Amino acid sequence: MGVEGIGARVARKEDARFITGLGRYVDDMVVPGMKHAAFVRSPHAHAEITGIDVAEAKKMPGVIGVLTGKELKTDGIGNLICGWMVHSKDGSPMKMGAWSPLAVDRVRYVGDAVAIVVAETRGQARDAAEAVQVSYEEKAAVTDAVEALKDGAPQLHPEAEGNLIYDWEIGDAKATDAAIAEAAHVTRLKLVNNRLVPNAMEPRAALGHYDKAEDHYTCWTTSQNPHVARLVMSAFYNVAPENKLRVIAPDVGGGFGSKIFIYPEEIVCLWASKKTGVPVKWVADRTESFMTDAHGRDHHSEVQLAFDADNRMTALKVDTIANFGAYMSLFSSSVPTYLYATLLSGQYDIPAIHCNVRAVYTNTAPVDAYRGAGRPEATYVVERTVETAARELGLSPAELRRKNFIREFPHQTPVIMNYDAGDYETSLKAAMEAADYDGFAARRAEAEKRGRLRGIGMSCYIEACGIAPSAAVGSLGAGVGLWESAEVRVNAAGTIEVLTGSHSHGQGHETTFSQLVAERFGVPIDSVSIVHGDTDKVQMGMGTYGSRSGAVGMSAIVKALDKVEAKAKKVAAHLLEADEGDIVIENGEVKVAGTDNALPWFQVALAAYTAHNLPEGMEPGLKEGAFYDPTNFTFPAGCYVCEVEVDPETGHTEIVQFVAADDFGNIINPMIVEGQVHGGIAQGVGQALLEGCRYDAESGQLITASYMDYTMPRAGDLPSFKVSTSNTPCPGNPLGIKGCGEAGAIGSPPAVINAITDAIGNNDLTMPATPQTVWRALKAAH
Amino acid sequence: MYETTYHRASSVEDAVKLIGSAEDGKLLAGGQTLIPTMKSRLAAPTDLVDLRQIDALKGIEVSGRSVRIGAGTTHAEVAGHAGLAEVCPALTHLAAHIGDPHVRHMGTIGGSIANNDPAADYPAALLALGATVVTDKREIAAADFFTGLFETALAPDEVITAVAFEAPAKCGYAKFPNPASRYALTGVFVAKRDDGVRVAVTGAGDDGVFRADAIEQALSTSFEPSALEGVSVPADDLMTDIHASADYRANLIVVMAKRAVAAANG
Repeated sequence: MGVEGIGARVARKEDARFITGLGRYVDDMVVPGMKHAAFVRSPHAHAEITGIDVAEAKKMPGVIGVLTGKELKTDGIGNLICGWMVHSKDGSPMKMGAWSPLAVDRVRYVGDAVAIVVAETRGQARDAAEAVQVSYEEKAAVTDAVEALKDGAPQLHPEAEGNLIYDWEIGDAKATDAAIAEAAHVTRLKLVNNRLVPNAMEPRAALGHYDKAEDHYTCWTTSQNPHVARLVMSAFYNVAPENKLRVIAPDVGGGFGSKIFIYPEEIVCLWASKKTGVPVKWVADRTESFMTDAHGRDHHSEVQLAFDADNRMTALKVDTIANFGAYMSLFSSSVPTYLYATLLSGQYDIPAIHCNVRAVYTNTAPVDAYRGAGRPEATYVVERTVETAARELGLSPAELRRKNFIREFPHQTPVIMNYDAGDYETSLKAAMEAADYDGFAARRAEAEKRGRLRGIGMSCYIEACGIAPSAAVGSLGAGVGLWESAEVRVNAAGTIEVLTGSHSHGQGHETTFSQLVAERFGVPIDSVSIVHGDTDKVQMGMGTYGSRSGAVGMSAIVKALDKVEAKAKKVAAHLLEADEGDIVIENGEVKVAGTDNALPWFQVALAAYTAHNLPEGMEPGLKEGAFYDPTNFTFPAGCYVCEVEVDPETGHTEIVQFVAADDFGNIINPMIVEGQVHGGIAQGVGQALLEGCRYDAESGQLITASYMDYTMPRAGDLPSFKVSTSNTPCPGNPLGIKGCGEAGAIGSPPAVINAITDAIGNNDLTMPATPQTVWRALKAAH
Repeated sequence: MYETTYHRASSVEDAVKLIGSAEDGKLLAGGQTLIPTMKSRLAAPTDLVDLRQIDALKGIEVSGRSVRIGAGTTHAEVAGHAGLAEVCPALTHLAAHIGDPHVRHMGTIGGSIANNDPAADYPAALLALGATVVTDKREIAAADFFTGLFETALAPDEVITAVAFEAPAKCGYAKFPNPASRYALTGVFVAKRDDGVRVAVTGAGDDGVFRADAIEQALSTSFEPSALEGVSVPADDLMTDIHASADYRANLIVVMAKRAVAAANG
């Protein structure tokens, strides 16, 4: 490891611009003649549109255009789609209702876009948006997925009878039921995984620019995957063909999944730019973000975990209802199926698993992937149930887990996944030692003297990152491949540009990806630039989500580096009159191993471009590209231990200790990995203690539409984390890395809730465990 | 934000004149509620009359146990005033825990009580302290000043100039913050003076700040947290929202009262 190579704690290159306010986000983009948009949005959760009168709005000061869904449809702009086909257990395809970028005859949630106003200023656009007269005929609304399935519930889409999108299953129902029937003990739980609002720091934004001279569109957008955005907008929404559409995702201030999806606003801004003849910019305000960003989680589950007389798990049965909101967002269908039920085996050897999932329309914002996407829901199901079982069986939570850990790899679970490698015992041991688990009883007694209820909880999570390979996900219904591309361009004077299809929106790719190059060629990371987020610069890519940029994105870079290295060695061998096999590249020099016979790196690059003296038949230049399609998912895993103190008078929970022991395989930059874990835990603790998106059940109004009512985690809500990693290399990719972006959010909620239920002696506790909720659970228990 | 016309008042008289001639004007103090509300398009005053440059509204005077705080004094100034901390530490503690540093350096005591947010901290203090609200026209007892949710006894063109009170022998404030907004989900201010104990509750009442009789009676017998063992307050007139139902708030009132008494007794 060099000082800037693999494994080095290199400070983030990109932070200089971020922390000095020099980052350039969509709202910083200015195009000559640019005007501003505001969307007219539905104030009702469910209503027929009986008329839209734009006459007044068009007369307002500064207004350039007011456009509605009818005009959008006339121009042939397509409906939004869900890009992952899931079939119900009866073989029928999922029931996808129409989602027009601007609602035409019906609105289905508060915030549904109805019209766009383009004006000289943002303020004028908003004023005019308020002057658009939309006549609504209100209908009854339903916001809860369980209610939406009941007879007589308001119906959202004619395509989906009973609001049911699909009724899907995985695993062997018969074997699972049989094992439960024969079990020595069955732990049963009803669990709710609370709905969350992603809350990226930068709100969503779009700038659409139609260039009439070139008949070409450019879209600046807050996207985690600009190439996918271009593909979908071209192939399905009929905005423009790919060669006429450039999508740029510049600096993006956080995504957490919510910026994977293609939303109505970017489509409409592009279309409106052509209609009005001016570039059109829209930036969401915070309340718009709350209302219209795709939300996360929102599951109701019933769980049964069966044990034999020796306390070995024999079967797990899960029945889940997943709230999809008013429309199927881009990857929504995959989240509670292939990203959720396939992880229900957790870290345990469970012979039989069956999971049934019903996906349901409701009059709420669309729900899709949010940090962890399905895996936090699965981990919550498994780890709350296992901890509950330990209490019921009178075993220590660690003992029950140890007894059931998978210990031989590869391991085929009953729910598709084939775990390639893992060492769960090591993480468990590390976490328990770091937490001084054995000293807990004394700490609890001491807390009791202070009038505090102290509890400890554990969570042993597994997740799957870098969804792949493409052929496999295709067979499961994915509409895209899940490979990644990279191109390494060595410039004539030796500096290097790496073009990647991954997209950084906070992850630090400019640093970690540069470290790969520094490791390989011994060049300083400052001589390496990472180019991403622009479909005109990078040929193709699948973007960043699902902790895939390390395992998949960096693997593509490694493949391209291999090719560059091979060519550079050929050039050097020719110049040094040595055998190609004797050439090594170290410390910025290309040399004959074990000799002083060397060329500086830049000279080899220069030779490749001057082409004055290249090996016979070699093409000039030093630039190589690669596509990498993994052979399997990667399976990060770990053990989290949370310790809490509850104030019995108020129900307030303080997290007094949080330990994370993760196995991420090989690590490129430990500091960045720790940052990912810290942020993930903060979001997981947010879900467990603080965050809960609430709609009014009657009116369908979003109650938690601002930070006055939606509680984001603050620094003061969190302790200093004790984090450590073990490193069982992933055998499936060249770097042996697994992915670390979501683990914290996946592993932490059950650890927190297990700790609180331990403290208060009542297992009936829902997230978020707000002071009031904990106080009530305490009262119910005593 | 809708279009509005900004005026900077040079004196209280100037402010009164400006607000009197505005169609639908609003006095602007620290702006910590009004400006965000305007930015959310939930308020649309035609005119803003800015009081922040009026020197006569600023400053804290402590004379013996008599306290006078100019209406334009920021929370940070109250929190950091050594003389005030000596005679009424609960008030400096209260001010130090309003919002965040940005809010405390902009928001003012006059602006806060004029807005009379049912979850604001100052109304509980003023009511428990038996404070007087001084305006350009008259003096109003705190008990008469706070008249309901976001409602006060102020006339539309009346300007608060100061808050005055006699510091009690002992006082304490404890609040349980709303997890999201950090306003008081329930805040209790206790004041022990020669003529008895006063306990005022903010954040909990469905008609704004109020005095908790049962707690006052219990503490009149013994000004100790233990005096509140077994005391309960009715949940009937308390607020219920997504963060706390009335019965939880009723519980918090007693718990916060105990903690306020403990703080008052040092």
